[in-house]
Amino acid sequence: MGFTLSTLLFFGGLAVVYAWLPAARRSQILLIMSVLMVYALQPYVPIRWLDFWFPTLSIGLAIMGWYVTRSEHQPTTGKDHRTLLLVISLIVLLSLLRFVPSDYRLLVSSRPPPFSYVIALLSVLLLFSVLSRRMRSNWRWITALLILIGLFIGLKFVPLAETISAGLRSLGGQDVSLASAVDLRWLGFSYLAFRLIHTVRDRQLGLLPDLSLETYLNYIIFFPAYIAGPIDRAERFQQDIEALHRIRRFDAERFVVGLTRILIGVFKKFVIADTLAQGMALDPTSAALATDRFGLWLLLYGYALRLFFDFSGYTDMAIGVGILFGIQLPENFKQPYTRTSITAFWQSWHVTLSDWVRHYVFSPLSRHLLRRKPRPSPLLIVFIAQLATMIVIGLWHGITVPFLIWGIWHGIGLFIHKVWTDRTRGWYRVQKERPFLMLIHDIVAWFITFHFVVLGWVWFALSNWQLALDVFAKLFGVNI
Amino acid sequence: MWAWLEQDTPKSWGFLLRVIVKGLLLFAFCNLTFAWLYPMEILGRLSLYNTVFPGRERLPYGENPSASYNLTLNNIPAMLNSHTVSATPANDEYRVFVFGDSATWGYLLPHDATITAHINQLNLRVDDRPVVLYNLAYPVNSLTKDLLLMDAALAYQPDLLIWLFSPAAFLPDQQLRSDLVARNPQRVQDLFDAYDLTLDTSEPAFRHPDFWGRTLVIQRRALADLLRLQSYGVAWTASRVDNLPNTDRIVRVDLNDDLSWGAFEQPVILGYDDLRFDILAAAHQHLDEIPLLLVNEPIFISDGLNSDLRYNSLFPRWAYDQYRTLLATLSAENGWYTLDLWDTIDPQHFTDSPLHYSEQGASQLAQALSTAIEAFEQQD
Repeated sequence: MGFTLSTLLFFGGLAVVYAWLPAARRSQILLIMSVLMVYALQPYVPIRWLDFWFPTLSIGLAIMGWYVTRSEHQPTTGKDHRTLLLVISLIVLLSLLRFVPSDYRLLVSSRPPPFSYVIALLSVLLLFSVLSRRMRSNWRWITALLILIGLFIGLKFVPLAETISAGLRSLGGQDVSLASAVDLRWLGFSYLAFRLIHTVRDRQLGLLPDLSLETYLNYIIFFPAYIAGPIDRAERFQQDIEALHRIRRFDAERFVVGLTRILIGVFKKFVIADTLAQGMALDPTSAALATDRFGLWLLLYGYALRLFFDFSGYTDMAIGVGILFGIQLPENFKQPYTRTSITAFWQSWHVTLSDWVRHYVFSPLSRHLLRRKPRPSPLLIVFIAQLATMIVIGLWHGITVPFLIWGIWHGIGLFIHKVWTDRTRGWYRVQKERPFLMLIHDIVAWFITFHFVVLGWVWFALSNWQLALDVFAKLFGVNI
Repeated sequence: MWAWLEQDTPKSWGFLLRVIVKGLLLFAFCNLTFAWLYPMEILGRLSLYNTVFPGRERLPYGENPSASYNLTLNNIPAMLNSHTVSATPANDEYRVFVFGDSATWGYLLPHDATITAHINQLNLRVDDRPVVLYNLAYPVNSLTKDLLLMDAALAYQPDLLIWLFSPAAFLPDQQLRSDLVARNPQRVQDLFDAYDLTLDTSEPAFRHPDFWGRTLVIQRRALADLLRLQSYGVAWTASRVDNLPNTDRIVRVDLNDDLSWGAFEQPVILGYDDLRFDILAAAHQHLDEIPLLLVNEPIFISDGLNSDLRYNSLFPRWAYDQYRTLLATLSAENGWYTLDLWDTIDPQHFTDSPLHYSEQGASQLAQALSTAIEAFEQQD
């Protein structure tokens, strides 16, 4: 993930400057910083100019998202126009880094495209945005969702991504034989897409509040959470944005809490996770080379810990930076490896993602199935909804067989837990009076849950399902 | 989970300042204490190998750590404590420690295809005791390096030492060049002083670290390496991979007509003082009663262009022949047990350099050495 120590130091310095600047401008300043960071954080991509187009498209999609989700009675205000002008100006200024020597081009990964190309793309994006308002609202929202899902599939489905890469290379006169899915590294798109889908769906359901363009863009591309979440909710984020002008400039509480959180995240990610990455965590190479069962289990546990400390460490840093700028991002991890059921695990691991899929996959699907005639059995509804939810989570990470299996793995686990809970409810009520028995139960439940999750990570860690099966065989001493 | 941070933490600039000041003071205190105590040797002895992880079959060395699950570090106790040599041996084991350079270490070979591994597979017995060889070679050409490792390894009670070398290890300017030697200046100094060896400390890296050089900050890389050696133990346990043979080089058959060697621009008459034979003598003194078998290791013998001038890309004929003569003469004069196996391995079994051989080459050498071990013990 994208934060380095120098990036964090830079954010810290920015936070000091931000606190010093006029309170009334904080939201605008946040937007400026977010626009610039979207470009600065985008890594180099070998396809010509794509590392400029990706951030531009991110911002363009965010602007389009606002136009698509603006309610019928919400007028475009002067402030919205000024925001649009500001963002376009920033993008145009960044494109002029084309004429700056590469050593001084700090905010972009490579030489930006010609000015005329940038203007052309921005014009097309704006035109689509404005024209979208002429569509019937339902068609507008459906089109937006289809575009986002289409982009998602294009980026995450390897054969398609390779084809797109080849096509782009061909357009740019580059070597097509080098085309690879890795060429399409669009930083933060998975999270960007989910935030956009959240706003579109909530607009469809009438739940989205009216947001100014400035607030909407700030929500979609808020730089601490841009790369890897947490996936905030627009209405919650709006409250923080509206309160920005009221926070004290150099509030010690904000700085103490924010810096502490950042330091904890730094320790988790750069000390613990990065140490585990040095030979202690499962990866495709070690999985293929492993011959010893004990060592392989150690590698698997190492991977589970590395994943947690890396991701939760990043989240701590993102939340800490958010606090410095007056935004309280939601928590994403709540001691997930201590949970005694798979349901509880998914309520404490990547919480914002779980909430998102519950809102936009599980609940709608369940409601739809409940309304079907004839109505399926409750158990079947739960099974389908849970399986579909976890498959979406799996494929969100990547459209590959191992991620699909990982999603199915957890979907089945959730279903089994649901059935178990239903059938043992009476037993629990009785056993609650026996603390020692409940303690044994909790230990066993934790052991099973933890190992179910850890074994599930085999599918997550390895991009080849045959290698994953081989690892399972080695873990349990089975010849296949 | 974060309630303690948001509710219980005092929130004032004074608090933040106190935390920063205390943090800096603690940081300074830890650095100064570390520099004063300098516990690197003690830290090197802390190891999960031979307890949680199986011991490594050869000393840690890695040019691509993340791929080979191995790394190069200079803490000798850590290196030896990660090796099987530091595990509790069987009661009747006849322990043979093998020292040498990258050839003996097994460059381009997996750990179970080195000469020591091949000899161990032969299940030799001496005095009805199973012979177990320990590969304590290290990929550097330097007799000083070998003496350093030998000195440290004596604590593990060998019954026999075998020392393989080529003339490259005898060159004066090679002695202190490696990091392993340069980063252990006190050990080297002590050894050289004990045996009255001359020490050319002009090598820039050969410096006793001053007080500030022993702080946590300056020693952070060395400390990180100690931690990485342990962390790579997991992957070693799982895979038993400690080397990633990966090179496109092949040994040069056609040679240039350059006759220089080391500091010698032109052929000269070599004397004992031109090469570090004094280190061999010091080793014999140091080992006292422990038998030492010296082995002039095999080299690639070219038959290509200019092979009348040079044996290979490393050794011109004039230098190599004189070296062999000097070694044989000195060994005879001093009663050293010396084997000259210079042409033991067939040329086709050499890999990327005139010293490195394939598994077949290792097998050939192993056969010759195993015969020598048995004969050596009978003679002894």
